Amino acid sequence: MNPLETVRTAFTAVMGRKMRSALTMLGILIGIASVMLTVGLGAGAQKSITDQINKLGSNLLIVTSGANTGLTVNNSSASNRTRFTAPLTLNDATALADKNNCPDVLRVAPVSTTSTTAYVGTTSATTSVVGTTPDWLGVRARTVTTGRFFTTGESSTGSLVAVIGSTTASNLFGTAYPIGKTVTLTGQSFTVIGVLDTVGSTLSGNEDDQIVIPSGTYAQRFSTSTNMNTVTMILLEAKDKDSLSAALQQATTTMYVMHNVTALAPDFSVSSQQALVETIGSLTTILTALLSGIAGISLLVGGIGVMNIMLVSVTERIKEIGLRKALGARPSVIMLQFLVEASMLGLMGGALGIALGFGGGQLLSKAIGYPVIISVAATALALGVSLVIGIVAGVYPAWRAAKLAPIDALRNE
Amino acid sequence: MTGIVELDDVHKTYRTGTITFEALRGITLSIAEGEYIAITGPSGSGKSTLMNILGCLDVPTDGTYHLGGEDVSRMSEKDLAVVRNKRIGFVFQQFNLLRSMTAQRNVELPLMYAGVGARERHTLAREALERVGLGDRTHHRPGELSGGQQQRACIARALVTNPDIILADEPTGNLDSVSTHDVLTLLHELHDQGRTIVLITHEHDVAMEAQRQVQIYDGLLSEGAHV
Repeated sequence: MNPLETVRTAFTAVMGRKMRSALTMLGILIGIASVMLTVGLGAGAQKSITDQINKLGSNLLIVTSGANTGLTVNNSSASNRTRFTAPLTLNDATALADKNNCPDVLRVAPVSTTSTTAYVGTTSATTSVVGTTPDWLGVRARTVTTGRFFTTGESSTGSLVAVIGSTTASNLFGTAYPIGKTVTLTGQSFTVIGVLDTVGSTLSGNEDDQIVIPSGTYAQRFSTSTNMNTVTMILLEAKDKDSLSAALQQATTTMYVMHNVTALAPDFSVSSQQALVETIGSLTTILTALLSGIAGISLLVGGIGVMNIMLVSVTERIKEIGLRKALGARPSVIMLQFLVEASMLGLMGGALGIALGFGGGQLLSKAIGYPVIISVAATALALGVSLVIGIVAGVYPAWRAAKLAPIDALRNE
Repeated sequence: MTGIVELDDVHKTYRTGTITFEALRGITLSIAEGEYIAITGPSGSGKSTLMNILGCLDVPTDGTYHLGGEDVSRMSEKDLAVVRNKRIGFVFQQFNLLRSMTAQRNVELPLMYAGVGARERHTLAREALERVGLGDRTHHRPGELSGGQQQRACIARALVTNPDIILADEPTGNLDSVSTHDVLTLLHELHDQGRTIVLITHEHDVAMEAQRQVQIYDGLLSEGAHV
C-alpha cells in the first residue's frame, strides 16, 4: 500500500468519527497553545526589557557611588559597606573623559537628578530635573525634535535654559509652542530652548517627563550637597560593543586613582547594561522554562488522550482489522495505518494549537500592551512535538492491532 | 501433486489450558483447478476450522497444505497475508464490506494491499463490479445496497485479484430466496468460466449446486453430501 493511500485511509478514519477526533485533538491543541503562549510571553518580556535597557543608550556604562550593587565589577566585602563613601563629582567626570585615562570611552555625561515642581503661569507639574552636559544627548541616544540642546558654554556658565521632554511639554504648555517660553523651577525662570524626542518609559522611569538643564546651572540652583560639584551618577559611552569591557576596566582604574581607593575597598561601582541585560535575560529564560514545563504537562495529558482513543478505536474496529488482514494487509501495513492515524490526530491538534497560540498571542499582546513573540522555530518545534506525541501515543495501540490474529478478528461481532 | 488445493493428513489441535481439542483429525483433500466443490457439515464438525486453514487464516498443527503448488502450512503471518492477497478470494456470510467506503473502494481494497497503481485498480474494480451486475452502483456505500447487492459486491472484491480459489463461507446465509438464487447463479457462471470455487455451507440445497460434495463430521472428511 503506498503512503498516499495510507494517509487517505487514516484521514477517512479520523473524519469518520468527527466528534471523537475533535475531542482528542483538543487535548493536544490546549497543550500546544499554552506552551506556545508561555514561550511567546517569555520571549516578549525578554525583548521588551532588553529594549528598555537599550533605550538608555547603547554601549552604556554607569558609574555610581557606593560599591554595593550586585552588578559591579568588584564585589565589596561586608566591612566596606559601612565605610564612608566619597560622592561622585564633576572632577571624576572630567577625569573619565580624558582620553589618556580612558581611550575607549567615547563620551561622558555626569548626571544629577532631583524631583521638583515646574510652574508655567498657573499651570504646575511635578517632574524630574536632570543636570548634565551636552554629551548626555549622545550618551543616551536621544535627539531634540524642536529647538536645540544647550551648549558646552551654557553648561559651564550656568545659563538658565531648559530642554524638556515631550510629556512635560504637553503637561505645561498643552498644544502651545513651548520654545522661548518660560518655566519656573524653585523660583527661577528658565527659558525653554528645546523639546526631546518621545521614547516612552524605561526602567528608570518615564523618559518623556523630565527637564534637562546644564550641569553648572544644576550645581548652583539645585545642589543640596556641601560640594556643589557632586553628581548622582556618571554615564559613559564606550566606542563600540567590542570595547565595552576595555572601557569598563579603564573607567574603574581611573576611579581608583581619583578616589584613592583600591580594588579591595572600592567606594564606587561601574556597571554595564550588558550585565543587566544578561541577568534579566537568564531570569526570564528560567521563568519561561518553568512555565512551559507546567504547560507541557497538559501536552502529556493530551498524548495520553490520543493513546486512549486509539486503543478504543482498535477495539472497535477489530472486525475491520480482520477483514483487511484477510484481504492481504500485512501486520506492518496495519501497524502503519494506526500509527499514521494517531500522528494525524497529533498533528492536526498541534496545527490548531499553533493557530490558537498565534491568535491568543495577538489578543493577549493587545490586552497587556506587551509583545508576545512566537518565532518560526517555536512553531516548527511545536508541530514536531505534536507529531512525536501522536506517534508515541500510537505505537502501543498500533502494535496491538498488528498482532491480532485474523480469525479472531473476523469472528468478532 | 495435481490439484490447486492439496491437503495431506491435516490436523488442527486447540489447547486451552489443560484441555486439548482436536478439531481436524487427518484431513486429506485434493481440489482440481476449475472444480466447484461444496463442503458441508453440522456446527462443531470442524467446518470453520477447515475453512480457516483453506483460507490461510490459520495454519495446521500437523500435515501439509499446498495451495497453487506452494506449501503454505508453515508460513508466517506476514507471508500468509501475501498468499491470501494473491491466491484467495473471500466471500463472507456477513459480506464484511467497510461501511465508510463506496463499493468501488471496497473492491479496490485487496488491489491496494497488492500494490496495484490507482488507475489500474480503478479499471479492474470497475470491471469486477460490472461482471457481478453492479456497474451502476459503484459509488454507493454498502448501507445504500440491498443484501444481495452487498454480497455481489463482496464477490466482485473476491474476483478482482484473479485468485486461485474463491472461498465462499455460507454466502447465502444472510440472504432471502431471490438473492440466494442470484448469488448461486453468479457462482455457477464463474465456475463455467473456469474459476475454482470452494463453497462452505450447512444447507443441503445450496451444497447440491456444486459439482462435488464433501462432508466433514467430527474432524474427518467423507465424499458425498449427507446433511
